[in-house]
Amino acid sequence: MKTVEEIKAAIEAAVPGAGLEVVSNPSVSGQHSLLMEPRRAVEIATFLRDDAGLALDFLSNATGVDWPDKEISEKVKVTRTVMRPVDGVETPVEETVEETRKRIVPGCLEAVYHLYSVEKKQGPVVIRMKTVNRSDQVQLPSLTSIWRSAEFQEREIFDLFGIVFTGHPDLRRLLMWDEFKDHPMRRDYVEPDDFEYEPTAHDEVLKRAQEHRAKVQGLGAKS
Amino acid sequence: MVEDGLKIELGKQGIFVTSIQELYNWGRKNSIWPMQFGLACCAIEMIATTMARYDLARFGAEVFRPSPRQADLMIISGTVTKKMAPQVVRLYNQMAEPKYVIAMGACAISGGPFKQGYNVLKGIDRYIPVDVHIPGCPPRPEALLHAFMTLQKKIDGQPLTGAGRPSHLDAEASGIFPVPVQGEHDLEPTSNKGVWPVPITIK
Repeated sequence: MKTVEEIKAAIEAAVPGAGLEVVSNPSVSGQHSLLMEPRRAVEIATFLRDDAGLALDFLSNATGVDWPDKEISEKVKVTRTVMRPVDGVETPVEETVEETRKRIVPGCLEAVYHLYSVEKKQGPVVIRMKTVNRSDQVQLPSLTSIWRSAEFQEREIFDLFGIVFTGHPDLRRLLMWDEFKDHPMRRDYVEPDDFEYEPTAHDEVLKRAQEHRAKVQGLGAKS
Repeated sequence: MVEDGLKIELGKQGIFVTSIQELYNWGRKNSIWPMQFGLACCAIEMIATTMARYDLARFGAEVFRPSPRQADLMIISGTVTKKMAPQVVRLYNQMAEPKYVIAMGACAISGGPFKQGYNVLKGIDRYIPVDVHIPGCPPRPEALLHAFMTLQKKIDGQPLTGAGRPSHLDAEASGIFPVPVQGEHDLEPTSNKGVWPVPITIK
């Protein structure tokens, strides 16, 4: 069974211009994954399935990941020229100040695929694809034409995360009903307010139950 | 009403004394036909109850009817998802009176271990009236048998006239309950206030 670097080299030899990156997994399992660019994904997937050495013919699992927008605060040393009174005279002086800058790294959605080989009894090989952002550019190519088991799994990812798979034969919601608007597995999903009766509430549920009671009492006071 | 002592004495002489209500309810309670309705893991326990070791048929549940029109009892066994909830209420509406509901397992009673799931309905008694609740995850077949016997006792206690009579003898009672609509974020309404008056919890 090849290591991730060897698989990466094999893919790059077969599919020129494939943008690949090894995402290392620091845990004990050591399941490093390959982050690939969506534009060559179908060719890379076809190679992974048809290559004699790898023969990854079984897509065991496809799932989604939500990377929300992250706020990073960095301490930056900034050199500035300010007017300071020196010996009673205002002169420009260079000053080095440490500033805390906050910037928002935009998040994205990601699809992760676990591939096994039934023929060669090897695996797993983990491949990933990231979307551009979380709001409007959420398309990824569908791998259903290569592995049929992606059909329902990509429907589930669409239902729960909102990634639109282009080229999917039947992209509808799977677990939720069609008129449902949210994507429940996203980090910013808020459950609807059906917390009327929570007898053993604690933590998050207690907070929601109290909010519900406050809202109901507020409505009761108004009416 | 005739006292029990007199009934036994007459019985010894070969005279059987009863009332129409007793006979009527005896017939009803000993021939409750459930509907073939299983949702999740509790359905496996329900199937086990119908099998040889814990035979449910000896209590009168001879056949599980596939059609709601011919069934008396609906055993809600398993988690009711919000996607399935309108269909459950629709099937209940299609059952002919008198109809009964057993909520089997924690999920049917209140959502169970998956209560905070995005697709889990927190108890089917939000939309339809439930006669017997069976706690358990899943409840043992003996618990389902006990629930069945509890339902039989309940049916036995229903008078034929006056308040508390079964709904097929009550012209004003409606067995049709509003079916929740699958809205954009949740089922609308989240519960049926007529069926499920929220108990007040004092904190």
